[in-house]
Order: sequence, then structure tokens, then C-alpha cells
Amino acid sequence: MTDDTAHELDVAKMAQLARLDLTDAEAAELRKNFVEILDYVKLLQEVDVDGIEPTAHASHISNVMRRDESEHGLDTETALRNAPATINDELIRVPPVIEDQEGSA
Amino acid sequence: MTPVSDSSPATAPCTGRPDPGTMHDVAAALERGDITAAGLCEQLIERMRSVDPGINAFRHFHADQIMALAEASDDRRGRGETRGRFDGVPVAVKDNIAVTDQECGCASRILEGFVSTYDATVVARLKEAGIICFGRTNMDEFAMGSSTEQSAYGVTRNPCQPQKVAGGSSGGSAAAVASGMALAALGTDTGGSIRQPASFCGVVGMKPTYGRVSRYGIVAYASSLDQVGPITADVRDSAILLDIIGGRDDRDATSLPDAAGGFEAALDATDPASLTVGVPREYMAMEGLADDVRRTLEDTMARLEKDGATIVEISLPHAKYAVATYYVIATAEASSNLAKFDGIRYGRRRGDDTDLMNTYVTSRSEGFGMEAKRRIILGTYVLSSGYYDAYYLRAQKVRTLVRRDFEQAFEKCDVILGPVSPITAYNTGADLDPLSVYLADIYTIPANLAGLCAISVPVDRDKDGLPIGMQVMAAPLAETKLLQAAACLESERDAL
Repeated sequence: MTDDTAHELDVAKMAQLARLDLTDAEAAELRKNFVEILDYVKLLQEVDVDGIEPTAHASHISNVMRRDESEHGLDTETALRNAPATINDELIRVPPVIEDQEGSA
Repeated sequence: MTPVSDSSPATAPCTGRPDPGTMHDVAAALERGDITAAGLCEQLIERMRSVDPGINAFRHFHADQIMALAEASDDRRGRGETRGRFDGVPVAVKDNIAVTDQECGCASRILEGFVSTYDATVVARLKEAGIICFGRTNMDEFAMGSSTEQSAYGVTRNPCQPQKVAGGSSGGSAAAVASGMALAALGTDTGGSIRQPASFCGVVGMKPTYGRVSRYGIVAYASSLDQVGPITADVRDSAILLDIIGGRDDRDATSLPDAAGGFEAALDATDPASLTVGVPREYMAMEGLADDVRRTLEDTMARLEKDGATIVEISLPHAKYAVATYYVIATAEASSNLAKFDGIRYGRRRGDDTDLMNTYVTSRSEGFGMEAKRRIILGTYVLSSGYYDAYYLRAQKVRTLVRRDFEQAFEKCDVILGPVSPITAYNTGADLDPLSVYLADIYTIPANLAGLCAISVPVDRDKDGLPIGMQVMAAPLAETKLLQAAACLESERDAL
């Protein structure tokens, strides 16, 4: 990493990837914050991590399995209780995901 | 301790101990028949109504439901069918913990109106013990913050001095207990969010070992660090709540198989002379450690030694990398965990309902506050192609080194003593820059990175009368030693 890394954070591009739309004022504030924060995070570059395994998790257990048996889950009415929009009380209504060639949904 | 003030919200309503007493006091009074659960809840509801307008500890509060549950508990007790010692005891719950048929908003606009359809495992266990969920407490949005100023629904004020912050992110839980509105509360702790507000408000706050308490039904912020724990008036109540909520849960794959429980009973065997207490030499030299906090640490060491504990100097060479490591890992996990809030399946949908991308972007941009956006974007960056190795992978490797520091330290001592926060509660609206707020997490973050158990115990006050908590940390699953050491600190405080 170069010393300019902190300035390589393209706020507009990252916001777009994160599905966020920032106002100009928000983008300016975040740009300033990220320069400071990433400058501080550069501290990690001085640590010798050669041959060190990464820790993804604080506990030592892995691969917890359960029996492959079906269980009773939420019923449709309960599962849809928090849906912003529904169809016939059995489906979540969503904006069109796929449009056809003519442009109609 | 500060004397109990009148209940006017204009004055500081900090009692440090609820009027009806601790959970174990109240349980004994219920057992004797001196009080009823209904009478107790009525008293606390009255206290909440007079005090909370000046504190804002609670997000939601359903007095009718609480009274109905209290009366049902009294009926059970009358019939000799009580669910246990704590049947009818009310406990407040942080707004990111699911309780069936209650709002679960994480103090965020994006979850406005969301109602849980199931109980978190910790809530199910409270209910099995007959405990009543007593209101939902305010927090920093999605637990991202250290002052509860990041709540979309207003700051929670410190009951000791209302112009000060309560700390965060579990600021509502800490303030509710400190002001005597709740006997005890549950919070969550990802980088200090139970311990730091407990320290700021002068109550006890415990982060159990990662995996000790189920995370099922907790809205995730950073999954490899999050843990639920108690905020209480004394150490015994923290042990009691851990006995109730801890233990293996099939619904959380990170839940440890080790047997839990017996923590309250083990407190009776507390003996300071059997404790070896390590103090990291790096902690004393940390930049930004306030004089009053440093003095309190030195006093605490001296008192423990006088009581027969052995104090040893230890070293945590990677301590200074903890904050940088945490803010890479936690934001990376947050950006992934918060991707599901998109206005489609649940939560608040905004934007053009015929345009999918517009729906995503508008729902998220209007739904998340500034700190959530800051962490989502930072997390997106550290995980992005070309930067993953330099930031995320490197931080995970440094995390290994932080963990090893502790493994080596615990060969020389039973518990580690240190500050909770380098500072005491600061003014609301201080408008601190994000980095300086993050840096104040230096003493609490390591326990989350290493999966340790840790507890904050109120020990003293600074020159302005604000509480100072001291932190005890112990190895994973060493909660018995942890709580015994905390009880030693507490008896020192009571002797002051």
C-alpha cells in the first residue's frame, strides 16, 4: 500500500456499491472522515504478520451440524407480517426485477 | 454514592440502585410475600413516567402488557406454581433484541414499525424464568456508536448529570438501571457497548465469553464480535442473569457446548487472596488516559493488594493495534449484515415502487443515519477487490496476535484489570470527530477481538462527580473468576 491509500477511497463508487445515495454534504464529510480513519488504520502495516493465520471468529468451534430433519417454521401470515407490500396476502410485492426487450415489465 | 434525589427530571435522578432494590433483593421480598410483582411493576412504571422524559432511556413501553404479565406472575405464585425465584421480576431489553409482538427497531428509521414474530433465545429464557420484559431501551442505531447520540430517536441522557451522554451503544439500558427505572437490563456488546455505558452511568455491565450466550434473535452488527449481556445494579445480579440467559442453543451455530450456570452460587466462594490480577504495562502508558481514571486504577490495584490479591505486571504488546483492527473487521461485517435492509422483505420501503434500484437506494439512504452509512461504506471499501488483503485479511491476522497476547497473559494471572474507558461521560452534542470517538474504545475492544469475558464495575467518581468504572477481563469461559474478581472490586467500592 502506498501513502496515498487513504485518498484512494472513492466515496461515490463505494456508496453506489452499498446502494446508498449521499448528499454532497454527506459525501464531503465522509471523505474527510475516511482520510483520517484510514490514515490511522495504516498503523496495522507496521505489524509483522508473516505466517500468521487469520482469525475469522473468536471461538474455536467449527462445522456445527444438525440432523437433516424438517421443522415447522413461520406460517405465511406471520412471515409476511412485516412486508412493506403484499399480493393476495401470500406474496411480497416487489418492483419489477426483469424487464423484457420492449421495456414493459 | 450520590443520595437518592427527588424524581423531577430537572434534577439528576441517579440512584445507582433501584428503589425496590436489586433483582435478588426483590426476589427475596416476593418470596416472603412482602411485595407483589404487580406492586413492583407499578412502582417502576411510575418512576419511569416521572423520570424518563428527562432521560429518554426507553424507546417503547407498554405498561398495560407489563401489568398483565405481573398479575399473571402473582397468580402463579399464589397457586404455588411459580417459575422460579425471579418469577415476576421485570428486566428491560435493548431495542435490537427480538421479543414476540414487540417493535424491534434498533433505533433506526429503516426498521420503523417492524414487529418481531419470534423471541430471541435470551428472551425465551427470561420468560421461562417468569421474568417480565420491561420496555425496550434506546441505543445507537444498529449498535454503532459510543454515546447513544446515533439513535434516530434522540439521545439518552446520563442520569448522573443529564447534560452528559449515557455512553453507548446500550446507553438506554445503562441509564434505565442507573436511574432506578429498571431493576436490570439486557444490552449487547460488540466493542464495549455494554461495559462503557455501564461505566459512564455507574452500574455493572458484563460482556460474556463469545459463544456463552446465544445470538439468535439479536439483530447482528458484527457477527464475530457481538455478544448479549446483563447491565445491573450489582455484580450478583449480573451473575443471576448470566445463569438464566447463558448456555448452548441449537439455533446459534457459534454457541459453545460448555455447560453454563452456577455463577451466582460461585460468588459465595469469592476470596481476594486467591486472585492473581494482571495489569498490562501498556495500559498505563496509553495516550488520552484521564488523570482521574489513572488514579482510580492505581487505587484499585492498591486496595486489591491490601485485601490479599497478588498483582502482577503483564504485557499485551499488540494492545495499541486493537482499535485499528476492530474498525476494519467490524465495519466489514456490518456492511455485509446491513445489506439485507433494502426495503423489500421487511422494514420501511421508500422510493419509486416501479424501479428496483431506486427502491433499494432510497429506502437505504433515507433509512440509515450517518454513522451507519459511514461504517457501511468503510466496510464496503475494506472488503472491495484490491483492498481486501491490505485491510480485512491483515486485520484478521493482527486479531490472531491480539488473541495470543491474552493467551500468554492468562498463563501469568487469573484476571486482567484495567480502565473501561480512558475518559468519563462527556457533554451531549460535543460533535467529536468519528476517529476520536473510536479511539476511546481502546480498553474494551480487545475482549471482543479475543472472545474473552469482561465486566465493568463502578468503583469511584471523578472530580466532577461522574462515575468511573474499572474493567476486569478473564479468559474465555472463565466467568466464575471474572465475577468473583468483580465482587472484590465492588466490596471496595461499598467500603468507600
